[in-house]
Amino acid sequence: MKAYIIKRLLSMIPVLLIVAMFVFFLIHMIPGDPAAVMLGPEATPEEVAALRDNMGLNLPIYEQFFNWFTDVARGNLGDSLYMNVPVMDAFVSHLGPTLSLALLAQGFSILIAIPIGVLAARKRGTGVDRTFMIIAMLGMSIPSFLLALLLMLVFGVRLNWLPVAGYSSLAEGVWQHVKFLILPAISLGAIQAAVIARMTRSSMIDILSMNFIKTAKAKGLKQKVVIYKHAFRNALIPILTILGETFGALITGAVVTETVFNLPGLGQLVINAITRRDYAVIQGTILMIAVTYLFLNLIIDLLYGLVDPRVRLSRK
Amino acid sequence: MSHPLLEVKELKTRFSTEKGTITAVDGVTFNVDYGETLGVVGESGCGKSVTAESIMRLLNEKSTKYGGEILYKGRDLLSLPESKMLDIRGNEISMIFQDAMTSLNPVFTIGDQIAESIVVHQKLSKKEAMKKAVEMLRVTGIPSPEKRIHEYPHEISGGMRQRVMIAMALSCQPSLLIADEPTTALDVTIQAQILEVINELKEELNMGVIMITHDLGVVAEVCTRVAVMYLGQVIEEADVDTLFDSPRHPYTRGLLQSIPKINGDREQKLHTIKGVVPALDNVPKGCRFAPRCSFATEKCLEEAPVLDELPNGQKVRCWHHARIKEREDVPDAIEAT
Ligand SMILES: Nc1ncnc2c1ncn2[C@@H]1O[C@H](COP(=O)(O)OP(=O)(O)OP(=O)(O)O)[C@@H](O)[C@H]1O
Ligand SMILES: [Mg+2]
Repeated sequence: MKAYIIKRLLSMIPVLLIVAMFVFFLIHMIPGDPAAVMLGPEATPEEVAALRDNMGLNLPIYEQFFNWFTDVARGNLGDSLYMNVPVMDAFVSHLGPTLSLALLAQGFSILIAIPIGVLAARKRGTGVDRTFMIIAMLGMSIPSFLLALLLMLVFGVRLNWLPVAGYSSLAEGVWQHVKFLILPAISLGAIQAAVIARMTRSSMIDILSMNFIKTAKAKGLKQKVVIYKHAFRNALIPILTILGETFGALITGAVVTETVFNLPGLGQLVINAITRRDYAVIQGTILMIAVTYLFLNLIIDLLYGLVDPRVRLSRK
Repeated sequence: MSHPLLEVKELKTRFSTEKGTITAVDGVTFNVDYGETLGVVGESGCGKSVTAESIMRLLNEKSTKYGGEILYKGRDLLSLPESKMLDIRGNEISMIFQDAMTSLNPVFTIGDQIAESIVVHQKLSKKEAMKKAVEMLRVTGIPSPEKRIHEYPHEISGGMRQRVMIAMALSCQPSLLIADEPTTALDVTIQAQILEVINELKEELNMGVIMITHDLGVVAEVCTRVAVMYLGQVIEEADVDTLFDSPRHPYTRGLLQSIPKINGDREQKLHTIKGVVPALDNVPKGCRFAPRCSFATEKCLEEAPVLDELPNGQKVRCWHHARIKEREDVPDAIEAT
């Protein structure tokens, strides 16, 4: 187990190197000059050139990359070119809203989607099943910004139940915090929920037709036990895979959702950094998001081992 | 008055499918008594498993309709509510399946899976049930069972898995055991051991056993009586010796001639039954075997025969059984291929 984790951690290094290179060169290929942005339209070309020199932007690009990456490897993401704070601080201070949003969206989609998927599998072919699956299809095809606007209109403007935009940190109270995140979480989690519901349904249907389900029934177990103990535990294995895969989509989706609901999260940080050509922030934040993503995947893979003993064995 | 263990009377099992209703089991009748092993044989698809699963009521009852009666110790299982069936399954009647690998849940330990039915039916604590599970594994001949209970199905061999299935099925001392091809997936030596275990436990518990198989060798080895099925019906039933010595139904004769004899003439060709089994949605009007039978007459094609009981207790569903007395005294019913 320990050896496995170490192996996985080591295998993250090349992935992160590739992400870092990709982000770095992509960002530097976008036209636009951070020095010019910082100095504003009034600045003379000489002033801009001087600042560029100062920021190291006149060095050859590979040298810039090398300098940046050696810092990163030492755990230093550098300073924001624009905000004059360490990138790490900027990241941490914007992490809260995104993390809360992603967790809430994930939690909401799991709590809704899995029971619906199980129910649809049990009632396969009936009206209940079809209704839920049509809703899931809709959930998958509606763009999340459209859903966001719709939710704002109905629950924010018409009914006035929930705020349409803004944010309040966890320190100001749980309900205060959650109140601002409910609509964003629903609009972000809807696609996720639809995907999980469909996966749960097909996975359950698959498992329910297996021989060991017949064995469980032949033992005299109640239908509930057969379904929730014997079938569900097995159905969870492919569901976990989907959770891992869709979490990436959730993070990218969060950027859009944050913009629509005006949440001061990582999305906002990255978008602002892009408009300002704040290279260090863009690179650092995206790298950190990649790290988070890799760790989440590791956690999901470790969960596999808990759910499926066959996985445990092959990793001994 | 004491009831026989199991009386299946005119059992019909119908499935409603997209293509319409099909009758997979059509009027099956047989009895099983304590301490007796009834073999059920027949080609693939003739309804052996459906019969077995009807007895346990394991089929999806939304799309399944039953007819007839299944009297277990005098009570009709087909009219019991599901809640009462829960007390019967795994407790009074147990079942073991063909493929032990896929019949065990891959995510629970062997011990957990055996203990589960003990906890449910005997109201023991988990700990006591685990002890009993170890006991059962020992009885079925698994070495160091204390260790095995913590293992998962994928960690043990096929023969072991089938022993686990047996331990699980017999953990509550059922009166009736249904074994649906318990040895087909195993190699020959293991096969013999498994049959041995089942037989020993049958003696010990005085259980009735229904042994479903298409291996007539298995029948000869463990069964006391045999029912031969064809296309959802029992077409012949007799005690083992009678069936092997004087099969009366042309289909049974065909089955018997299709097994190679060890001391037989190697040059002699093996027999196969000509033609194919008709589909269930296209059952012949008269005798179901008539299109493949070389004895068939006009009557066979028109009128379905009934299961006749002969003075020796043998039952045959054939219009011409009187003509087919001994294997030798009539020309071969089956064409050599
Ligand atoms: N749930 C079901 N719905 C529709 N048809 C079914 C269903 N279960 C079984 N059948 C059909 O009933 C017939 C009998 O099947 P059964 O499984 O009892 O055969 P079998 O004698 O056990 O064969 P085998 O030796 O291959 O196990 C087959 O034609 C099968 O296709
Ligand atoms: Mg079968």
